[in-house]
Amino acid sequence: MAADPKARQPVTMDTFLDGVWRENPVFVMLLGMCPVLAVTNSVANAIAMGLATTFVLLCSSALVSLLRNAIPKQVRIATYIVIIATFVTVVDYVIQAISLDLYNALGAFIQLIVVNCIILGRAEAYASRHRITASLVNSLGMGAGFSLALLCLGSVRELLGNGTLLGVAVFGERFQPWSIMILPPGGFFVLGAWLLLFAWLKERKARATQKGERIHGT
Amino acid sequence: MTTQAHTPQPPAPSSVAMIRTLAGVAMLSGLLVVLTYQWTLPRILENKRLAVQRAVFKVIPGITSHAAFRLDPDGLTRVNEVDATGTLVYAGYDEAGALKGMAAEAAARGYQDVIRILYGYSPSCECITGITILRSTETPGLGDKIGTDPKFLANFKALDARLNTERTALRHAIVTVKHGKKTEPWQIDAISGATISSKAIGKMLNDSGQTLLPRLAGRTDQLRTQP
Repeated sequence: MAADPKARQPVTMDTFLDGVWRENPVFVMLLGMCPVLAVTNSVANAIAMGLATTFVLLCSSALVSLLRNAIPKQVRIATYIVIIATFVTVVDYVIQAISLDLYNALGAFIQLIVVNCIILGRAEAYASRHRITASLVNSLGMGAGFSLALLCLGSVRELLGNGTLLGVAVFGERFQPWSIMILPPGGFFVLGAWLLLFAWLKERKARATQKGERIHGT
Repeated sequence: MTTQAHTPQPPAPSSVAMIRTLAGVAMLSGLLVVLTYQWTLPRILENKRLAVQRAVFKVIPGITSHAAFRLDPDGLTRVNEVDATGTLVYAGYDEAGALKGMAAEAAARGYQDVIRILYGYSPSCECITGITILRSTETPGLGDKIGTDPKFLANFKALDARLNTERTALRHAIVTVKHGKKTEPWQIDAISGATISSKAIGKMLNDSGQTLLPRLAGRTDQLRTQP
């Protein structure tokens, strides 16, 4: 099989930062919305889901990258799914071993990491075309970006919906929790607010760039 | 009329190569899953045992040890609580090894999904001595108060669950009444704003009490002393 020229691209800081910022899987690509909305009702759940997804991303990308020249194109998706499902099962057992309360809180969303399009997308678009180091760095960036997004939503929802952060009371006893924030509609409200913020930042940056170009042009 | 450029296609891999890849990845996957399962199993079983122990100690006050039994048609059989199946009854004992109470699971449909609880039962007062939620997805801030609201949980400090004279059913059916309307010791005062979840607790306790407690009534002697 001929070597893909992309496989020889050097690993730079951008390889990592793409997933965290420019190609953030949640705020830019709007991928993996199911766990983003479902398990971000507390910071602890958000951190656990972020770590679990990052682990699966890293391991599956590493294995796909290692086996990329041995996997025939016709069966690549089936192979990727088997690899991803394996690491999801591993995570499932490990979380049960760490804490049953956490396992019950995350519910079916641990098993549903198998169908998270961020992971299959990374395997197909990146790990299958790049060397293991680049794949690992890129997956780590994507995992960090996904975890950061979950944390952004989880902290706002827990703070407003429960008056706590990681279970520690932040406001006084007189604070009346906004229960809707830890209910499904709260997930949509908070996600919408974060997307609005990101869109505004993007537009502001575009305007600043345009202004700079005009000044340099005159 | 369009013309198509004929570019040479790479030869398709043989079926053997595809089967070999899939079989190899499947074997590697199986190996990883089995190794992880074997490695985590002792810890998972220990977590389950601790969860059951916490729940039993919570619903039977004043106990220092407990044992699990399966209720069979011919009596109670001592079982390992972690992997046992069937109708399980947990017996709680004090320091002297005397029976203080029993605990059993009950379930009913709540507002979101099925709610599962463990409740304690004292044969001496023939009353329910406490409940703890094992599984619930009730609405946060409303229905989930069934496991946290102190006033609601106070209903179960000595909830009347006496059997009738024939020992075939509860003397008084356990019912949930509207908030502030409780007048009898077998009634449960509902949480305002969480009526469906409160009623589910009443229903599961009544259903379990009507079926399980008469079956246990003649067999408590088997549990009197610590095994």
